[in-house]
Amino acid sequence: MANNSEETYLMLSGLQHFQFCKRQWALIHIEQQWEENVKTVEGQHLHQKTDQPFIREKRGEKLVVRAMPVQSRELKLSGICDVVEFVQDESGVELHDSPGKYIVHPVEYKRGKPKKNDADLVQLAAQAICLEEMLLCKVDVGYFFYNEIKRRVEVSLTEELKDSVRDIARDMHQYYERRHTPKVKTGTFCKSCSLQHICLPGLMSKRSVKSYIEGSLAE
Amino acid sequence: MRKLLNTLFVTQPDVYLSLDGGNVVMNKEQEKLHRIPLHNLESIVCFGYTGASPGLMGYCAERSISIVFLTMNGRFLARVIGESKGNVTLRKTQYRISDDEEKSAEIARNFIVGKLFNNRSIIDRMARDYPMRVDVEQFKKASKSLLSSIREIRECTDLELLRGWEGQAAISYNRVFDDMILQQKDNFYFRHRSRRPPKDNVNAMLSFAYTLLANDMAAALETVGLDAYVGFLHRDRPGRASLALDVMEELRGVYADKFVLSLINRKEMTADDFVKKENGAVLMTDESRKTFLSAWQMKKQEKMTHPYLNEKMSWGLVPYAQALLLARFLRGDLDEYPPFLWK
Repeated sequence: MANNSEETYLMLSGLQHFQFCKRQWALIHIEQQWEENVKTVEGQHLHQKTDQPFIREKRGEKLVVRAMPVQSRELKLSGICDVVEFVQDESGVELHDSPGKYIVHPVEYKRGKPKKNDADLVQLAAQAICLEEMLLCKVDVGYFFYNEIKRRVEVSLTEELKDSVRDIARDMHQYYERRHTPKVKTGTFCKSCSLQHICLPGLMSKRSVKSYIEGSLAE
Repeated sequence: MRKLLNTLFVTQPDVYLSLDGGNVVMNKEQEKLHRIPLHNLESIVCFGYTGASPGLMGYCAERSISIVFLTMNGRFLARVIGESKGNVTLRKTQYRISDDEEKSAEIARNFIVGKLFNNRSIIDRMARDYPMRVDVEQFKKASKSLLSSIREIRECTDLELLRGWEGQAAISYNRVFDDMILQQKDNFYFRHRSRRPPKDNVNAMLSFAYTLLANDMAAALETVGLDAYVGFLHRDRPGRASLALDVMEELRGVYADKFVLSLINRKEMTADDFVKKENGAVLMTDESRKTFLSAWQMKKQEKMTHPYLNEKMSWGLVPYAQALLLARFLRGDLDEYPPFLWK
């Protein structure tokens, strides 16, 4: 597996960018451009709460771990789970430093409220694949915690969903190999994109530079 | 386009800058003079050997607020640059093209096309607005000659030839430049360009304006991930921000020259604002530098519509817009680099 060194791993969090807009993903992950807007700052603030890797809570049957680094050889992705919950259950797996058996659930913190698109879902499913691989277990259920409604929502992580994650990850790696930034495909989603000022979505509808120059000279 | 924020110009050489929370604090001999929230700032420009705390530099670098140190006369000393904006791919493309003379020429010629086009607009506008004040025949001649140069340059793929055409065009433009000075002609005149040091009032102002523009350009290029020091038209020379000078070509006339002309023609600067040294070098006084900088700051806030992007933005963002367009061209989004063509 010459190609499977961790060097070639991409960021798991990129999945949601990639699904939101391939160009946005490329600008962030290939071109390393980033611009803060209100939403990204809110997101960061929210994650400060979850980003505490040394807090480990035991609440009765439940073990709650924050900011857990995960990776998947299969997806060649790595990232951090906001929260992973281990619930004591006979059908679960053993953990190296806690007695008993546990079922594993990733919990992802989101600003705002539940959304229609499945970009978030894909990210959670990818976390599940990582956890399955690392702990040799099955992860069928995950949760979103939505900050605006302060509530968690359960989602089932089906095989079908995980397969689509595998496809997307493969696609992402292909773009990355070529270091290719796809051309703009504009949509209503451009309005909520934090990278508008770098992406210049308007370029899509612009006339060619050649005709811009020739046109200006002709006037 | 993003919003243009303010530039803080520190003109007193004995002011030390430090960080306090999200503010920059100007200290003079233990005393705090001012404090300004950094989130309002685009850049900080210090004249003289002003010090700044490493804390402030780090904070600014993280937030892409450029800090530039210039000598009292505006000569460049240093710039604080944070971690290069990732994008190795973009920079490698830039280096590859820079090593290839023919490909360099294809981009370089658009800088020159922009420069000549804009200089021609300045001339045409002047002839139209002041037909009784300027020698219209001369202006028309210059305008025509620039247009024919542009046509030649559009086809030119040789850097040396390109520089030849540019030199040629500079002669036509410079010939009418003096005529565009409509006021205070005894004290403000343009014979030819002199630098290091500038030998007359007009050259002193031009040099200062070019310095400010070059700094904005370099900062803009670094922001979008380009290397300001590797150029296409200007070849590498240690310590020279060649790419900044390249992209600046198209803005010299329409941004800096026009600005200097309006300061003279509106009598915002007068003969008293300059000091002549024994060797003929002309310096701007401290007071006049402040006048100049505040007028420059106003100019940057003025709005116009970007001719290619067709978007309203302030003049101060033009360097950023051009840097971004250059980066987008290098990444394959555009068929050519679109110069800023001002009408």
